[in-house]
This record gives sequence, structure tokens and C-alpha cells, in this order.
Amino acid sequence: MPFFSKSPWIIHYDGSSCNGCDIEVLACLTPVYDLERFGVINTGNPKHADIFLITGAINEQNKEVVWQIYNQMPHPKVVVAIGICATSGGIFVDCYNILGGVNKVLPVDIYVPGCAARPEAIIDGVVQSLAVLKEKRIAMVQRTKKLRVKGAVKNVRKSKNG
Amino acid sequence: MSVVLFLLFFPLLVGGLVYVIRNATVRGIITRIAALFIAAASILFAVMTLNNGLVFHIESEWLSWFVLSLDAGMALIIIVLGLKHKKYLAPVLTLLQVPLLAWFELTHGEKMTVGNDIFVDRLSVILVLIIGIVGGLITIYTVSYMKDYHYHHQETKDRTSFFLAILFIFLSAMFGIVISNNLTWMYFFWEVTTLCSFLLIGYTRTKEAIDNSFTALVMNLIGSIGFVLAILYIGMNFNTVEMTSLLKLGINGTSVVVPAALLAFAGIAKAAQLPFSNWLLGAMVAPTPSSALLHSSTMVKAGVFIIIRLAPVLSGQISGLMVALVGGITFLIASLAAISQMDAKKLLAWSTIANLGLIVACGGIGTYEAVWAGMLLIIFHAVSKSLLFLSVGTIEHNLGSRSIEDMHGLIMKLPEMAVFLTIGIAGMFLAPFGMLISKWAALRAFIDSNNIVVLMALVFGSAATLFYWTKWLGKIVAVLGRSERLKNDIKRDEWFALGALAILTIGLCFIFPVISNQIIEPYFENIYGQSLPSILSAGNTHLMLLMLGMVLLMPIVMYIFIQLKDDKIVTSYMGGVNRGDNRSFVDSFGKSKEMYLSNWYMDKVLSEKTLSAVGIVITAAILSVVLLMALGGVL
Amino acid sequence: MKTWIIVCAYILLAPIVGGLLSGIDRKLTARMQGRFGPPVLQPFYDVFKLFEKESMAVNRVQNFYIIFFLISIIFTGALFFSGGDLLLIIFALTLANIFLILGAYSANSPYSSIGALRELMQMMAYEPMVFLVAIGFYIVSGSFAVSDIVKSETIMLPSLPGIFIGFLYILTIKLRKSPFDLSMSHHAHQEIVKGITTEFSGSTLALIEIAHWYENLFLLGFVFLFFVFLSPLGIGIGIAACLLTYFLEILIDNSFARAKWQVVLSSSWVVAGTLGFANVLILQWLKP
Repeated sequence: MPFFSKSPWIIHYDGSSCNGCDIEVLACLTPVYDLERFGVINTGNPKHADIFLITGAINEQNKEVVWQIYNQMPHPKVVVAIGICATSGGIFVDCYNILGGVNKVLPVDIYVPGCAARPEAIIDGVVQSLAVLKEKRIAMVQRTKKLRVKGAVKNVRKSKNG
Repeated sequence: MSVVLFLLFFPLLVGGLVYVIRNATVRGIITRIAALFIAAASILFAVMTLNNGLVFHIESEWLSWFVLSLDAGMALIIIVLGLKHKKYLAPVLTLLQVPLLAWFELTHGEKMTVGNDIFVDRLSVILVLIIGIVGGLITIYTVSYMKDYHYHHQETKDRTSFFLAILFIFLSAMFGIVISNNLTWMYFFWEVTTLCSFLLIGYTRTKEAIDNSFTALVMNLIGSIGFVLAILYIGMNFNTVEMTSLLKLGINGTSVVVPAALLAFAGIAKAAQLPFSNWLLGAMVAPTPSSALLHSSTMVKAGVFIIIRLAPVLSGQISGLMVALVGGITFLIASLAAISQMDAKKLLAWSTIANLGLIVACGGIGTYEAVWAGMLLIIFHAVSKSLLFLSVGTIEHNLGSRSIEDMHGLIMKLPEMAVFLTIGIAGMFLAPFGMLISKWAALRAFIDSNNIVVLMALVFGSAATLFYWTKWLGKIVAVLGRSERLKNDIKRDEWFALGALAILTIGLCFIFPVISNQIIEPYFENIYGQSLPSILSAGNTHLMLLMLGMVLLMPIVMYIFIQLKDDKIVTSYMGGVNRGDNRSFVDSFGKSKEMYLSNWYMDKVLSEKTLSAVGIVITAAILSVVLLMALGGVL
Repeated sequence: MKTWIIVCAYILLAPIVGGLLSGIDRKLTARMQGRFGPPVLQPFYDVFKLFEKESMAVNRVQNFYIIFFLISIIFTGALFFSGGDLLLIIFALTLANIFLILGAYSANSPYSSIGALRELMQMMAYEPMVFLVAIGFYIVSGSFAVSDIVKSETIMLPSLPGIFIGFLYILTIKLRKSPFDLSMSHHAHQEIVKGITTEFSGSTLALIEIAHWYENLFLLGFVFLFFVFLSPLGIGIGIAACLLTYFLEILIDNSFARAKWQVVLSSSWVVAGTLGFANVLILQWLKP
């Protein structure tokens, strides 16, 4: 069970960010902050990732993209909204094309406000998300156990996929 | 002896019969039964002659004149057809040969002593089996195939009976080549196969077909000139026209470099090695069964047969070096050229040229190991390649295309054909299957005989081989989302032929140690007069069989795995804009766009034209230098 | 009996040693880049985590190929450590890689297909040199069997310098190190959404990683063969040479940017065609 907290892999998606937060996210991986010392890898592939970092607000164009990327991540997974735009839409909230924060389309687990969010804050957000990840993993194991008892794994999965 | 006569004349008889009968059903039944009879006869022949071989002499004054007159008859056909289509090179070439032979017969015919006209040993037996069994299966396949062919090609005049008749005549001629010992007879059968190939390539009578058929004819006739000169040389110098006598002279130390080089030259042309390779590529316009039978599994094997036959006298000689270099370079260039092919039949053609190149190189090197590898290559290649050709033929009728790009996701569309194709491809290059075993032995033989240049060609060529087969295999196994299974239209004959060839491809890998022990190794004992060590150690053979078992278990395990494993199915990753069907995505204008995954052909880097031009220059230079040296040293 | 012990030891210990090597690689890489880096055990954490993830696929067969990939890689490694025939080992390795490629093809996604094609191109690039390594050993020792090669009286490197350099060159491809990591890169090196592994996740991805550990170990075994001779000292030198080679590859990884495919293919073939060829040629000449 402890492995999730030791190896969180990230996918980073830029919604309609002004790039401020994106640069700070990347800054976390540089020698100064070196997120990799916690085992964090920026994978760029939803199928490998555990943590979905989103910067910028959600708009009409990208809502489906975000949703699809989220769906392509295997369980357990967490969503971290980076910056005030991803949290609530920020100053863009009244624009005609903006839906608002990430929570309009995805269940967000951790909010990291700031404009731009500082690397320390982002690292803190990622570290906090590990606890959520752990919880979700426990929940996932229990759920499959329960289902296995009922012998219904197959049917449930099928209905989920179908 | 009666079996020999049966093999030679029964196909001729059937050929005549199917040509006359115009009722398709009756013709089909006769063809199928005859093909089975031929296959059975070839097996019977093998059983009867395997241990003791067969030698035979026909005492007859007029027979050589009869053969000569048949030669002249064929020349006449070529001249008439050449004049009709305004192609004058072929008539000229044939006019060079027949008068020469006639002159030879007139002036030296009396002095010839021919001990055995027919000579059968284990090498002939192997080829008889291939011709009989593979040829028989292909003939059966043809019955259904030609029906479909004319359904899909309404513009071509239906000449199925002609096609079948030629196939049978061809089978008879092939049997003739591999059991003849008298070189004038062999030359006659050799010319018959050339003519059959010419007629089949021109089957559709389109301009392209006729052009290509004449190219094939001209190239083969150039080769035949080498054959005629060899006969003349042997006859005038050694007073014989026997293959076995030539070999005996060579092994006992008489210099036979010139005739060996000339005969090998004929073989190189027949086996479509590089300066001549264009004819085989052009031959792909013919209906698929002829590509499978003539242009991959049997007729071109006549070319390598003669080189393997000559191996003991080629070994270590300059003629052998010539043959090995031409074969090696052909293998490398043809393998590289195959990478850029999108047309499945063209790819198969290049691959055939490449593999024949390897066999030719083995023959040219001529050591025990090399020839062992060459003989196994002949067997495995004939079976796998004909399976591939026939599969492509059936797929073409079902998909309406033979482009490899259109075979994307074949495993979903036509699973049966995908399985056949996969077996064929695996048989051509994958680890536990036959071709690879022979390549393994060839590699060792090339090192042991110090042929480093040929060795390099093999090493680099194998890498290219790996590339083009695997990318085709990948295309087949790709699981295309939501694709419908097409209604397949595989006829019973096609099932029979494909199934039998697939079983042979796999089965041969299991019994190859037996083939090696029982057929190939005793062959060498006869030639070198001593028993020789096994090529593959028992341990390695067992490991190969283990791997084979592992690979064959795969489909079964896969089936169980699919039933048990219960992965969540998600869409494939397309940057988050997959439209949910794994086949299209949302483009930047919000519109749906079809995804198209092309294979990698590297056609800018490895262009077919440049490669073959380079190859032709190099191999033509090698051939002309060696042949001129050989002739010049004598004259 | 001894062979079986070695094979069993390989099957059991290779993932541990391979994982540790990979962990050291990541630590060293981080240090070379002026970072602190993850713990040495990080690769194990990653793999265990991947096993805890949900299993997911685009279709029902793709993961199956990976299981066969792993089995074949272990088989190849076992062949190597049981002292098998080098050519057979190369063929088995090819077979294994083909399973991986077919798995990626089967998923039929644009990224994994490109990864598969690039992997195939890389195979075409390194294959001649790998054969030349086997050929070189055969000429020097008179046998293709690993068990005979390790019994060499003297160190083989002086006879095979060109082949050794050529092997180091293509080892960069096989170890998936920059500049030749076109089809699938390591840890933080992103590359077209990780090429051949794009559509594999969870436990299947973990299997690919484990297979890679197994593979790395017998690839280093090839390096070992160049240095070993029949004495404890020889074994020591061999192991030291393996570690040094591995360090060199990490250094190369961190010193070069990814190359274009043309460079990978042509340079590998040029290296094999010059260094390898010349070495074999000279060996043949010197052969009594």
C-alpha cells in the first residue's frame, strides 16, 4: 500500500492558462526544486499517470479533452487544480467561452490557488494529493473485494464499459 | 521407372485433357484428381528411390534428335510470338542457341558416351517432393482461384483451360529437370519451363503483361546461352553430356571451372538473381497461382537446384566465388528493396529473390555446411512462400486490393486469412521456424569458409528482412476499433491448399531434424564419401523445438487469457481528442477527421530503382569479369 | 546442475539486480544534472505501484503480447546464463522484441504505432552489430556457446577491439539511452508520449519494465564476455568492466540530445560495416 505515496506520476494539462502556472509546474522539476526526489515523474501520458495537474480554466473547447484524459487514467487517480484559474476560473470567469474552474467537469481533489501558484505551493499540493491517492486505493481494493464476494466483477465492469 | 514415366507423362496427358475440356466443372474435377495423383506419385517416387537412388539409360539413336527437334519446335513458337508482338530480341537469342546445339549434335553427337540419362539422388527426391506436393496443392487452389479471378477481372478473356494446361505441362517439365542427368535433356526441360513461364506471365494479354513476359523470356534465354555453351564445352572437352560425369571430373581434380561457371550463370538467370531480377518482379502481373508455383516455389528453384548440384565443383573455385558474391549481394539488395514495397506481391517477389540469393550463395560456397543450409532453405522457402502467395491471392479477392496498407486490421476483418498469413510470415523469418534454422547454418558456413563479404551481406540483409516482415505482421495484427468482420469468400479448394501448406510449414519445423538425418546428411555421404558431423547439436535442436512449442501454444494461451482477463477497455490515446471509436479524432476546427496509420516504407532512402541499379551494376560486373576470365583463360 | 543453479539465480535475482542498476542510473543521472534525485529503490516503488493500478487496455489482446514478451526475454536470458549458443540467444531476443512490437501495433494508436515502427527501425539498426559480436567470439574462441567462451584462457578484448566499440555503440540503443532512445525512453525523458509503451498501463507497464531489467542484465553479460578469462581475477575484471560500461552509457545518456532516425540507422550500420567488418576481416587473416 505505501507505494502510491512513493511513486506519483503526473500528467500536466494546460487548460486556458496564461502559461504562468505552467512554467511554475515545470520549475518544480528543475534542479532547484527537483520533484523527482519524491519519485514524481512528468509522464505526459494519461495511461501512465496517477495525478492529473490542470492549469488554467476550462473552456468550451477543452472540456471534452480534459474529460477524456481523465477517463484514460487508470484508477486510483486524483485531480489537482493549479492556480486560481483552474480553481475557479479566476479573472477569466466572465468570458463568454469560459465554463469556470476544473470542478465544472472533473471531481477535483486538491486546489492550489495562486496567480501564478508558486512551486512550493504546487509541491505541497502534489504531496497532499498523495494522501487522497492512498485513500482512493484503499477504497478501490475494498470495492473490488466486495464485488468479488458477489461474483459480479465481470457484470459491473461490462456495464461500466458498455 | 514406371513412376518416372508417370511423373513425366501423366501431367502432360492431363494438361492436354484440361485444355480440350471446356466444361468448368468437369475440368475442375479432373484437375483436382490429377493433382492428388501427382502428389501421391511424387511421394511414392520418393519412397522408392530415397535409399538407393535411380539411374537409368535409354539406348536410342533417335532420341537425341527427337529432343533437338522439340527444342527447334519451341524456338519456332518463340520466333512466331516474337514477330507477332514485334519483340525481336527473344527470337534472336533463341536463334543463337538451337543451331549451335544442332551443329554440336551433328559434329560431336557420335562421340558422346552417355551412361545415365536419368539420375536420381536425394537432392532430386527433395525437389520432386516439393514439385509434386506444393505444385499439386497450388494446382488445386487454381481451380477455384481462376473462377474468382475472372469474376473480378471481367475485362480479361477467360482462358482457364489454357492456364491449367500450362501448369500441368510445367509440372512435367520440372520433374524432367530434376531427374535428368543428360544435359541436353535438362536443357530441353529448362526451355519448357521458360516457355511456360512466358506464356503464363502474358496470360492477361495486356500491354504490361506482354512486355513483362518478353522481359522474362529474354532474361531466361540469356541464361540458356550459358547452358548451351556449357553443353558444348563439356561435350567437346570431355566427350560427355552427363551432369554426374562433370561432377566426378571436378571432384577428381580436373578443372571444370568454365562449364561450372556457365551452368551457374544459367542458374543465376533462372533464379532471378540480380542482374536478371527484373523479370521476376515483372512476372507478378500473372495470376497468383503462377506466381506461387513458377515464380517462388518451383521454377526459380530449378536455378538454385543446378547451383546446389554443382556445389562440389564450385566450392573453392573462382566460379564458386562468383556465384557466392552474386547471391550474397542479391540477398542484401533485394532485402533492402523489399522494405519500400507496399504491394504485397511485389514484396513477396523481392523476398523470393533475396532468399534465392541466399541459396545461391550457399551453393557457391559449396562446403558441406553451406549446402546443408541451402537445401533446407529450398524446402522451407518453397512451402512458406507458396502459402504466402496463395494467401495474398485470396485476400486480394476478398479485400479488392493486395496493398499491405489495406491489410490493416486483417485479424478483425478476415481472421482466417490473417492466421494463414501470419503462419507464412513467421515461417519466413521468425526464430523457431524453418527459414531461420537454415540462416543460422548459413551464417556458420560463411564464417567457416572465410567468405566475409557474403557474411556481411547476410548479416545486414537479415536485419532488413526482419524489418519488412515485422511491419507487415504488425499491420495484420492491429486491432482496428469497431471493424466489421467481412464476409469471407474462401472456397473449399483454397481452404484445402492453404490449410495443407500451413500445416506443412509448421510440421516441417518439427520434423526438420528427421529430414536432415534421413535425407540431407546421407546425400553428403554419397558425394564426399564419408559421414559428416551434424550441423545443429542435439541441444540446440531441442531448444528450437521448445521455442516452437512455446510459440504454438500462444494462440491457445491467448484464447484463455482473453476469457479470463477482464481489463477495463478505454479509448486509445490521441491527445484527448479521440472521437471514441479509435478511428477518428476531432481536428482543430472541431470537425471529425479519420485517422490513417501508414506503415514505414523509407522509400526516399531505400528507393527500389537506385538499389536495383546499384545491384545490377555490381553483379553484372562480377559476372562479366569472372566469365570473361574463365573463357579467356581457355581460348 | 551448476547450470541450473545459475539459471535459477538469474531468474530470481535478475529483477533485483536490474532494478538496482536502474535505480543507480536514476540517482547518477540526477547528480549529473545537479539534482538530488530519487532514492535508489525508486524503480521498485514504481513497479510495485504499477501493480496496484487498475488494469486497462484498448483491446483484449494487447496485454497478452507483453506477457509473451516477458517470457521470451526471460527465456533468452536463461539461455545466455546457461551457456547457450550466442546465435540462438540473438534469435530468441529478436522474437521477444517482436512480441513487444506486435503488442504496440495491436493497440493501433498513433503513438504506439510510431513507437513500434521506431523500435523496429532500431532493431534493424543494431541487429548486424549483434551478429558481428557473436561472429567475433566464434572466430576467436571457436565456439558460439557462451559456456565455451567464458572458458577462454586469455582476455578477448585485444582481439576484438572494433567489435567491442561497435557493441558499445549499439548498446546505447538496447539500453534505451539518449541519443538513441527513439522508441521508448527512460523515466523523465518524455518522447512522443513514450512511444511503444503509450497504450500500456498498470501491471502491463510494470511487466515491460521488469523485462527491461532482465534484458539489461544479459546485455551487460555480453560486455562481460569481452573481458572474462578463466580465473577469479577474470570474473572480477569482467564485472568491473560491466559496471564501467554501464556508467559510460549513463554519461552518454546525459551528454547527448536525441538523434534523428536517419542518424541512428546510418551510423549504426556504418559502425558495424567499418569497425565490425574490419575486425572480423583482420581476425580471419590472422587465423592460422
